[in-house]
This record gives sequence, C-alpha cells and structure tokens, in this order.
Amino acid sequence: MPWWLRAAALVGTGVALLPLAYLVVRAAQYPPGDFIDVVFSARSGRLAVTSLALTGAVTALCVAVGVGLAVLVTRIRVRGRLALGVAAALPLAIPSYVAAFGWQSMNALISPGTTFEGFAAAVLVITSVTYPYVYLPAVAALVAVDPGQEEAARSLGRGPVTTFFTVTARQAAPAITAGGLLCAVYVIADFGAVSILRVDTFTRAVFTSFSMGFDRLGGIALSSVLLVFTLCVLTAEGRIRRTGTRYASLSGASRTRPELLDVGRWAAPAALLGWAPVVVGLGVPLCALGVWSAQGVSRPGSIGEILAALGNSLWAAGAAAAATTVVAVPLGLWLARRPTVLARLLERTAYLAHSLPGVVIGLSVVMLGITVLPGLYQTMWLLTLAYCTLMLPLALGPVFSSALSAPPELEDAARALGKSPLLAYARVTLPLMLPGIISGALLVLLTVIKELPATLMLRPTGFDTLATRLWTYTGNESYAAAAPFAALLVLVAAVPAWMMISRLLKEVR
Amino acid sequence: MTRTLMPAALALLALTLTSCGNAADDQEDGAGEQAEAGQDSLVLYSGRNEELIQPLIDQFTEDSGIEVEVRYGDTAELAAQILEEGEDTPADVFLAQDAGALGAVAQEGLFDELDAETRGQVPEAFRDAEDHWIGVSGRARTLVYNTDLLDEEDLPDSVAELTEPEYEGRVGVAPTNASFQSFVTAYREVEGEQAAEDFLTGLAENDPQIREKNGEIVSDVADGAIEMGLVNHYYLYGRAAELGQDPADLNIANHLFGGGDIGALVNVAGVGLFDAEHEASQTLVEHLLSEDGQRYFAEETAEYPLIEGVEGPEGMPALEDLDVPEIDLNSLEDLETTVQMITESGLVG
Repeated sequence: MPWWLRAAALVGTGVALLPLAYLVVRAAQYPPGDFIDVVFSARSGRLAVTSLALTGAVTALCVAVGVGLAVLVTRIRVRGRLALGVAAALPLAIPSYVAAFGWQSMNALISPGTTFEGFAAAVLVITSVTYPYVYLPAVAALVAVDPGQEEAARSLGRGPVTTFFTVTARQAAPAITAGGLLCAVYVIADFGAVSILRVDTFTRAVFTSFSMGFDRLGGIALSSVLLVFTLCVLTAEGRIRRTGTRYASLSGASRTRPELLDVGRWAAPAALLGWAPVVVGLGVPLCALGVWSAQGVSRPGSIGEILAALGNSLWAAGAAAAATTVVAVPLGLWLARRPTVLARLLERTAYLAHSLPGVVIGLSVVMLGITVLPGLYQTMWLLTLAYCTLMLPLALGPVFSSALSAPPELEDAARALGKSPLLAYARVTLPLMLPGIISGALLVLLTVIKELPATLMLRPTGFDTLATRLWTYTGNESYAAAAPFAALLVLVAAVPAWMMISRLLKEVR
Repeated sequence: MTRTLMPAALALLALTLTSCGNAADDQEDGAGEQAEAGQDSLVLYSGRNEELIQPLIDQFTEDSGIEVEVRYGDTAELAAQILEEGEDTPADVFLAQDAGALGAVAQEGLFDELDAETRGQVPEAFRDAEDHWIGVSGRARTLVYNTDLLDEEDLPDSVAELTEPEYEGRVGVAPTNASFQSFVTAYREVEGEQAAEDFLTGLAENDPQIREKNGEIVSDVADGAIEMGLVNHYYLYGRAAELGQDPADLNIANHLFGGGDIGALVNVAGVGLFDAEHEASQTLVEHLLSEDGQRYFAEETAEYPLIEGVEGPEGMPALEDLDVPEIDLNSLEDLETTVQMITESGLVG
C-alpha cells in the first residue's frame, strides 16, 4: 500500500465528506438545552419507533427477496431464468416517489373512495424498489464463489443444502450484509415514499422542520438523531461483516460454472414466485404512468424541453459517477489492503453522510459554497460535490469487494520483476478491480438520475433534470404532463441497472 | 468484456470532466457578461410553480428585452436557502407563495425598501407595513367539499365548528403546508393564542385526514375519500384545468366562510427586492403589477388581482365582496410559535 495511494484516499474522501462538517458546526450553534428538548421529546420517541420498525421490516424483506431471487437465478434450473435475472434488477430504476404515486393512482382507479397509505403500504412500496440493493451484490457473490470449494464439500459427503449454507452462503455473507446495509440506509434517508404514503419517520420530520417555518436548527437537531441511528445500524453491520476475510481463488480461467440444481416439479412455482416481486415493483408504477398519460389534458413542454432535461440528467449523473469513482478507488483499496482505524473511520463516515436526507446535505453544501467557495456556488462543481458526499458508499461497496479479490501478491510480484509501484498498480491491480469499479459507477449513475432534493437546491439556476421536471409537474398535480418525464427517467435509469445485471449473469448463462 | 469496457469508461470519464470544465468556463463568462450588461438580466427565485409562472416571465422578456434566470423551488425551501445565502444571495427578486415566507426574509433585513409609486398600486392590507415586500396576487382560504356527498347547508359558518363531533373524521387538512400555517398564525392574531391552541387541539382530536399538500386534499375530496377539506380557493380551478372541464361542472365546490370568519383569510403571493436600485428587478415588479400581469393571475391561476380595475377569477365573488377577517398580513411572519403549536397539537407526526 504505497503512501501516495493512502494520501489520495485521505484527501479525496476528506473533500467528499466536507459537508458533514456543516452539521457539526451547526449543531454546535444550537443552545444545548433546546437541542436536548428536541432530541428527547415524546415526538422524537414516536418517530424513532416508526423509523426503526420501517427500517427493520424493509431490510429484512429486502434480504429475503434479494437473496431468494439471487439463488433462484444463479443456482436453480427454472424456465426463463436469465430473463427473470435481468428483470429482477430493473425496479432499481424506479424512484420511490414515482412508485408511491403510482400505487396511489392505481388504488384510486381500482377502489375509488379508499386511501392507500400507512406503515404496511410503505413497507410494500419501499421494498419493491429497494430489494435490488441486496439482489445485485448477492448475484455477484454467488457467481464469484469458487465452485471448486463447493465440489470439495460435496465430495466430502455434505448434501447440497448443507453445502450451500456452510460454504456458499458463508462466502456470500459479506456482500449480502453490505447490500442489506445499503437498504437500511436507503430507508432511513427516504423521504419521497414515506411522505406520499404518510408514515412519520425521522427523515420526514427533518423535511417538515425545514418546510414548516424553515426551522433549520430544529431540522439539524433531528438530523443528528438520524446520525446516531445510522451509527447503530453500522455497528450492527460491522459485527456481522468481517472485513479483510478473503476467499480469493487463483484458479482463474480454469474455473467451472456452478452447478444448477434440478428441483423437478417445483420449478414452475419457483419461477412464478420469482416473478412476483418484479411484477409488483415494475408493473404497478408502469401501469400508473399509462393511466396518467391517458387521463389528464396537461401537456409537457416541447421535445426540446424533454431532450434538454435528458441531457442535463445524463451530464449530472456522469460527472457524479466519475467523481465518486475517483474518490472510491483509493479508499476501497486502502480498506481492502490495510483496514486501519483511519480508513475504517472514513468508510463509516461515508455511510453516515449517505443516510442523511438530501436537504441537509443540500443546505450544508449551500453554506460551504457561500462562505468558502463563492466562485463555485450554483455551478456543476458544487452539485457534483454534493452527489459525491451522498453517493460514496454506493461506489465504495463494489470497489471494495473487487479490491479484496485482487491479491496484493500479484502486485508485489510485478514490482519484484522491476515495475515501478505506479505501473504495477495500473497494470495489475486496476484491471482486476475494473468490474467492481464499473458496477460502482453504474450504481452512482443510476441513483443520481433519481435524486431530487440536493439537485433542486444546488443545480445551476435554469438547469433542469428529468427528476426536477417531474417534481415541477407532479407538484402542480399535472400528472399527464409529468408522465413522459417519469417514463424517460425510468427508461434511462434502467440502462445502468440492465448493464450491471447482464454483466453478472454472463457468468451463469 | 473488461477490455472493451475499459477504453469506453475512460472516454466517458474524460468527456464528463471536460464538459465539467467547459461548464465552469461558461459560468464565468456568463457572470462577466452579467456584470457588464447589469440591467439586461436578473435572477428570480420563484417559490411558485414553473408551469404557472414561466409563461408570464416569457412575456416579460419579450416585452422588455430583460433576460430572467429563474430558480424554481418550494417557497419555504427557497426562503431557507436565501436565509443561508444572506447578503451574498445571487437572487435579485424573490417571488413567494405566502406572506409568512416574505416576512421571514424581510425580518433578516435582506430586502430593500420598495419605492412609493410601486407600493401605492396595492391596497395597504396586501403589503408590508415597512415596504419590504408587496403582494401581487390574492388567495382565499375555503372549505372545498364534495357536492355528491354534501349540500352547502350541511357545512359550518365558522371554521371553528370543524372541531365539533359532527365533523369527526370527515375533514382534510395539510398542517405542514405554508398556507395552513399562515391561517393558524392569523387565527392567533385575531382570536388570541388560547383560542388558536384550542382550535388545533380540537381539530387534532377530531381525527382529521392529514395530507401533505392542498392538491391531494382536493383530489381526495373529488374521489370521495374525504368529504371536505381546508384549502385555498384556486385548487378547484387547477383540477378543472387538468381534467379539461368547466369548474362549475366538477363534483366539488368552494364553501366560503362568512361573517369575517378567520377561515376566510385572504393571503397573498408577493415579491421582495434585494436591490431596489437594480432597474431590471424594478421593471419585473412593475410587469407583475401591470394590467396584463394581473389579468394573467386572474385568468391562468384563478387568483385575485390586487390592483384596481382588473376583474377577479370567474365564479368567485369579487375581492371587495369577500367577508374577510380584519388582519394585518405583516403579523404572519411569526411562524415559529405557530409551527410549535401545530407540532404540539399532534397534527404533525
């Protein structure tokens, strides 16, 4: 681990996490008495119970659905396995606010006079668009498990189920926990779905504080509770995951494909069960889009307006993906090679920032821009910084996993053969990490296309993305005008989702 | 796979970063031009929806040759952003949906005083006593109700009656919305703190249907999921426009509280200027208050014009004929107590 890589990791991550410092600065300005009053109120207690229950329920369901689907797609012989494998990743392209609006529209259509809201509705809707955060890494992990080890276990007399739990699942566990962590953090930070479905969580309360009389400090007090929350989740996750455990196999090209399990007459029901979450996650919102276009008379602006929004979305997302990757690579490598206290601290801090509502990061970057970097205020640079802060863990996860499987011994060998450290790194390690780097970048790309609150606050004046246009039209109840933007947003976000999953599924074709 | 993707990824990276660089250059050029041109352009922060405001702005640019860069957002979020930006705000004009938000920005001393000629056009009731902001359109509070389910006789004369057992579970409210908060602040001003607190507690105990936005209340009332709801008068017109129907043909109607009841509050959308010397900003305010601008509000957004001689929205009584409560809109800036009261009442999470 050369010093310059560590320095790059430190500087890059430091810059990316700068906005988090705002919260500390601001929290310090709050009179401690009032701070404690907000944090330890009865309301705060109610919010905590709801937030914890929602996070727990959605995460558990996501792990069940995500892992189940991943096993089905990679290990069981069912008809249309690969089609299901691809389709199962696509709900990731649906923003939670679009899903929630979609469910409500469909409910109004099917049973007028009733409402679709509350805790159970939120669990259903959020799970339906969040489970791919577990599904994708689970597929990647199941594909990467060396079948040779499974064969060894089988040849030593273990049955297929026992082998799966003792050998396969154990190796896939870090990836699955990391995915579960992303789900949990996503639920903690989600605003769109919970506000539309009327479930009171901490994040909704933070937004309410900002929008009710722009009580900035009250919002920040509640945000600090969110931070404590995430810390608990992170600690729990840290206990499950053992960083630095490597199962790298050097069998390389000679490795065989995992064997598909024949389940006989259970194949059809299994396939049906597999398609259920896809229909729920993808089908309902897409039907709603159709209904919106058919019902209203409001019309979106010109093709030019739509294309401009599309271009801006792609540009913002591209810049964010590039910048976040640049920060994530050295940090991921550092974590994998030498998980020092400092590196671990940076990683955990990145998850903390990720769990904050977009509006808090948005406001912190506003302040940073105004006071420290006035020349960059309301430019793409500052918007990209906010994305970097919000999205770092998304890129970090896959980069870290791939860094684990790129053994330092190979780099050492290259250096022993006379290559400079930089060249050894660029020629040996970087190519081995590339699949992870690409996956991370795609995940950031996709998430930024869907992102709303930070984009609204920080975009250059007059810079409209698909998401901000969608927000404008739905804010005015002009669903027919919103429909093409929503459809295009889902379509564009589906491309990275499709690229990620089809790269993974190549291995099990 | 890896080999083919690598150059592509690098190319994408390079492309993105280059375009980033260009954008920054453009921005700098833009800023330079702006400084030179000065009076030919302005930056507007609009807390009002783009669909409603942009046509008016386009008309303004066409008439005056002044380019307007508009930053759209939620009124409260933009106010928070302006407060954070302070003196350095890039905004020249703030167009807000509610007197309370304008009051909060004015309180920080960020607005400049408006000139006497401009403010003279708007009745005193609809502008700031210290001339830091001015109303450009008026909106009345109403109780929207489903005409299939209810007759107007079934509805109360005073908003306070909604706390009575008879209305349990039947009323929609949007307690986190700025328009509801302004209404509660007005309640405190007119009826006193205790009465306002009793009203909120009574409302909360009466199991109301909580919604995030007024628009959701109106569509749920139309769908029959809620019987009636507290909103502003023009949401009904917005729904009619989206469905392509005549407002009179809808199955919902506005019930106006009479007798100067606080439920009949008329609030304003208004503007404040950050630099009164900036001529382009001044011209924009004049445009909003011109006959064309005011007619636009009456016809396109179904709001009340505030200058004399322009007719109000069709199907609504004239502004002078509304039986509005006596209230000074400047007093609506004290949102903090209101927000605390609403939160403590249990109407919010």
